[in-house]
Amino acid sequence: MPTTYVEAIREGLWEEMERDPNVLLIGEDIGVYGGAFKVTAGFLEKFGEKRVVDTPISESAIVGASIGAGLMGLRPVAEMQFSDFISCGFDQIVNFAAKCRYRWNAPVPIVIRAPSGGGIHGGPFHSQNPEMWFVRTPGLKVVAPATAYDAKGLIKSAIRDNDPVLFFEHKGLYRRIKEDLPAGDFTVPLGKAKLVRKGRHLSIITYGAMVWVALEAAERLEPEGIDIEILDLRTLAPLDRDAVCETARKTSKVLLLHEDTQTGGLAGELTATLTERVWEYLDGPILRITAPDTPVPFSPPLEEAFLPNAEKVIEKARWLHRY
Amino acid sequence: MSAAELITPHPGGLASEQAEVAHRGLYYMSLMREVEDRIERKLYRQGKILGGVYVGRGQEAISVGTSLAATPEDVLLPSHRDMGLFFVRGVTPARVFAQYMGRVGGLTRGRDGNMHMGDLKLNIISIISAMAACVPVGTGVAMALRYQGKNAVAFCFFGDGATSRGDWHEGVNFAAVQKLPVVFVCNNNQYAYSTPVEKQMGCANVADRGPAYGIPAEIVDGNDLLAVHEAAQRATAHARSGRGPYLMECKSFRMTGHSAHDAADYVPKDLWDQWSKLDPIPRLESKMIEQGLATQGEFDELHARVRAEVDEAVAWAENSPYPDPSTLLDDVYE
Repeated sequence: MPTTYVEAIREGLWEEMERDPNVLLIGEDIGVYGGAFKVTAGFLEKFGEKRVVDTPISESAIVGASIGAGLMGLRPVAEMQFSDFISCGFDQIVNFAAKCRYRWNAPVPIVIRAPSGGGIHGGPFHSQNPEMWFVRTPGLKVVAPATAYDAKGLIKSAIRDNDPVLFFEHKGLYRRIKEDLPAGDFTVPLGKAKLVRKGRHLSIITYGAMVWVALEAAERLEPEGIDIEILDLRTLAPLDRDAVCETARKTSKVLLLHEDTQTGGLAGELTATLTERVWEYLDGPILRITAPDTPVPFSPPLEEAFLPNAEKVIEKARWLHRY
Repeated sequence: MSAAELITPHPGGLASEQAEVAHRGLYYMSLMREVEDRIERKLYRQGKILGGVYVGRGQEAISVGTSLAATPEDVLLPSHRDMGLFFVRGVTPARVFAQYMGRVGGLTRGRDGNMHMGDLKLNIISIISAMAACVPVGTGVAMALRYQGKNAVAFCFFGDGATSRGDWHEGVNFAAVQKLPVVFVCNNNQYAYSTPVEKQMGCANVADRGPAYGIPAEIVDGNDLLAVHEAAQRATAHARSGRGPYLMECKSFRMTGHSAHDAADYVPKDLWDQWSKLDPIPRLESKMIEQGLATQGEFDELHARVRAEVDEAVAWAENSPYPDPSTLLDDVYE
């Protein structure tokens, strides 16, 4: 039976908790209620309240307590109810967790799960993509899976990793996508991108929910004879720059696509990397398709205009193909 | 009424356990005073120590008295004015000087400076600059100690100013809700940089904040080593028994500026005078003489020994190499 993205995360957490007694969950409404998105429904009954800890509305305490428990050898998985609220725990993440290993050789093996992304009419405070606040903080790892397989494999790798990992799971994908997953234990390595579609004419480099937008655009462009390659970054920090350069060298044309807003978004960093490393291979300008620099609006026509979609990708891809 | 008048002298005679605490405590307080004086008044002025220098002159009884009541399994989260507990846990002054000088021999190998140091093997967690960030972390440490079935507590230290930050309230509240074994230790030195405590909070005492979270709190004479030690024993007994956190407010005074560059002209002169009479080191010495535990000659000998130990430590640190720039990129990740 196919497994949804949300079920894949749940399975990953469950299996890691069965495998390692040092893994525990901490967050708001995750126990009795099972989490705002029901990712942890049934965990309290199975693992008990010492391993599934309901907290006050205190994001800084959730992250800080995870750090403290992590320093003592546990492997806490903290849940931010919505990634938008992660700013309330910002200092603990970027100043405490991120710097412990570098400063005093102290590992902080924690995972912070953060449901992110728009397209669900959540408005300015339930739709954001705050990954870049953390991608640019040395010492943090940042993951954004696009598929059920990667979601399960990456949550397991994140839990087993000895550094702090931010795990951005896209709420819009929770129950929208599903696939058959292999039985038994498997992991997906952190820091490795995946080529999800091979093509000759043009590369789209993207991550998270936008992988599906890129796939839709590629299918619709196929009848026009435009053959698109898609690279799913999967991990945003540390970035798989080798894979980024490899696809650019192959197709010589690059479209960068993300749901996050434009200024300071990952596309800028990718552009710089490509310019530095593979400039002489490129046959056209590097183009960005991103959300504009506005808060995420609530009303459906506004949100639709805000989010990148297949039409916007197709238009830019045609232009770049002709270039 | 000033905080100096609120605290009362420690009453009664000294049992043999207390006598030992007094002897050990006097040594560690004297060592902390000598090391910090050397850092702030000599090496910093000579340009051998760069960056921020924050010392705990006048507050030595708090970190020493508390950590002497801790077992090795208890985890300490010191503030930047708690150097004494590093010595109680066995960190050498030489390594502390190397830390301040940015040398490889320091606890952070030159990656960070001053009191930003820790050692997991010694159960000491390093502070970060943002005040009260260690409070939620201390709560998490206590959660792990209970989870692991250890009969240990976390000692979380902070200043009066830190209790204004949201992290303090989130961390204390969460610890209270979970009934975690944390002893919250406030170094109330009356000033957060230049801001006096009455501009920091509307209540008279940091201890007044305890009942709001449903946890016991007491005001301790922070300049009396034995009073701090006793209070720490009460606090630890409470926390170890599973009844949850305990708040100790140690009233003291910062007998220096916020940092080495700060002349602290904003502190009224009579406060200096009032508190200099309550210096915890001479106070303990008087008590020990009064109780027949030691003589002035023994104290002179102790201070000479401490000075020699510190001379040797400074020399060791100056010989410790600077970190190699080729290691710059190491240890961002495992």
